[in-house]
Amino acid sequence: MSETIKNTTLLIFRQPPYTSSLSRSGLDTALAAGAFEQPVSLLFLSEGLLQLLPQQDSSGLGKRNHGKVLTSLPLYDLETLWVDAESLDELGFGLSDLPEGARLADRKLIEEMLASHDHVVAF
Amino acid sequence: MKYSLLVLSAPDTGSGNLTAVRFAESLVAQGHKLYRVFFLDRGAATGLSSAVVPQDEQNVSDLWASLAEQHGAELILCIASALRQGVLDDSEAARYEHPSSTLLPGFEIGGLGLLVEALAESDRLLTFGG
Repeated sequence: MSETIKNTTLLIFRQPPYTSSLSRSGLDTALAAGAFEQPVSLLFLSEGLLQLLPQQDSSGLGKRNHGKVLTSLPLYDLETLWVDAESLDELGFGLSDLPEGARLADRKLIEEMLASHDHVVAF
Repeated sequence: MKYSLLVLSAPDTGSGNLTAVRFAESLVAQGHKLYRVFFLDRGAATGLSSAVVPQDEQNVSDLWASLAEQHGAELILCIASALRQGVLDDSEAARYEHPSSTLLPGFEIGGLGLLVEALAESDRLLTFGG
């Protein structure tokens, strides 16, 4: 992989965990980008922020716990989890419900993030 | 311009997968460079050789395979997504003691690092489906 090219990528997560495999594929992409030390930002929009809830229990579904995978993000230097403030409010949660590293993004900041990254990939 | 495509749509659901291959054909025809097509999640079923498409429907996987054959397009299926959907190349078939490969010619199985590399190397990455 080229060392000189450093495109920045914004990964957007819109899907709740477990209803489809897409949320997991998105998270795997984030981990891969972290493993290869590529600059990525993570933004959780709409029901995608349900992926972040620490109390989730997937044992009855026979699926790997999405929240537990998320806790490995800091190992890949993915410390900051941007969360759409409006979505959080609409779903009735607050910042205190989310893991350490979650930061609120208002619509203006989201617009800036969309404009400033070289690539935007939404899951 | 150097493009890569990320295909999340299954070949038999909706129109995302067909739109992606039409886009790929178009950009190659216009002289752009297609660096890589990465099939992730449900998109990985595009490389399944044992799927049978009704005769009066478009076989999208065949369009992709022609693109690989005629233009050397690199078609990569995410390995984790592929295995979940029964797409195995020779070495994975051997590893999981499956009687045979189920990978269509023209496609390869690879890791997500190849998607990350496509993001690093391409001017544009377009996502289809999701």
